[in-house]
Amino acid sequence: MSIFGFFTRTRTAPVARERLQLLLAHERSLSGKSDLAVILREEILAVIAKHITIDREKVKVKLDRDGTISTLEIDIEMPEVVAVKT
Amino acid sequence: MAKVLVVTSGKGGVGKTTSSAALGAALAQAGKNVVVVDFDVGLRNLDLIMGAERRVVFDLVNVVQGDAKLAQALIRDKRVETLSLLPASQTRDKDALTPEGIERVINELREKFDWIVCDSPAGIERGATLAMRHADLAVVVTNPEVSSVRDADRIIGILDSKTAKAEAGEQIEKHLLLTRYDAGRAARGEMLKIEDVLEILAIPLLGIIPDSEDVLRASNVGCPVTLHNPASAPARAYAEAARRLMGEMVDVTLPIEKKTLMGRLFGWKVA
Repeated sequence: MSIFGFFTRTRTAPVARERLQLLLAHERSLSGKSDLAVILREEILAVIAKHITIDREKVKVKLDRDGTISTLEIDIEMPEVVAVKT
Repeated sequence: MAKVLVVTSGKGGVGKTTSSAALGAALAQAGKNVVVVDFDVGLRNLDLIMGAERRVVFDLVNVVQGDAKLAQALIRDKRVETLSLLPASQTRDKDALTPEGIERVINELREKFDWIVCDSPAGIERGATLAMRHADLAVVVTNPEVSSVRDADRIIGILDSKTAKAEAGEQIEKHLLLTRYDAGRAARGEMLKIEDVLEILAIPLLGIIPDSEDVLRASNVGCPVTLHNPASAPARAYAEAARRLMGEMVDVTLPIEKKTLMGRLFGWKVA
């Protein structure tokens, strides 16, 4: 570490602190509700499957969290000819 | 053909997860298709070290139990395109993994990737034996310190008896990765010597990773050290180790103590 590096180096510890706080707050809030993503996906798919035939292989679930918002993204590929159930 | 690599040690805290992330990233940086799999069910950390903790939706247990498809659980690294992570479950325990389920997942991964890096939990129980079960080769991580060398010896014995390869009468390839190596303390004779560790464990040396602040900085920000600071001593040592895993003949670089001006004045050192 050079003398200049000592003053200019970005501190990584605050980043670590922030990442941990965010992660632990999330994990504590989820204790007991471990498979929320699985449950949400199953219930949402069940509702859609009532009306449209969907291929379960073509369902993508993505999650992203930051300090203020979390997003759960469920991407369902529709069949080319939408088979609407009656 | 795909290679399954287990990173194991017996003892906890010697650097398995750091090494799994760094070796996996180094192999991917060399153009290989790599997945790192966290086997530490209930105490996952590879996601945090790789900076993907906010993107975990499904995990290894969901895939083993058939609740999610493999493709849905894999997390693609945002920095290296050919690097993926299969996270462990944080809420279940190791009993949620079955030998048959693991075999199915490993076979499926073999079709998609060149390298499958399995980050083993500490210990010699179910989680550790399942992580090594289907390995073609093993990286045994140890520190130059008596208890981790003893545990490494124990894990070598288990690799030679409880893996699928061993049971089929084949030899599992084993490599020693010496981590947290402090050149200054070695020079002062305060630490087990590399030659001594190698003589005791009698397996080939894959690399020596110097004890370095760069490793801590990389884990603070959630980035494998080979990506965070590729020019740093530990990153170079991991990159060399990865080249050796790919079959290249590379001489092992011995970390030497470098002191800066400030270090000479105040006794600080950098690896």
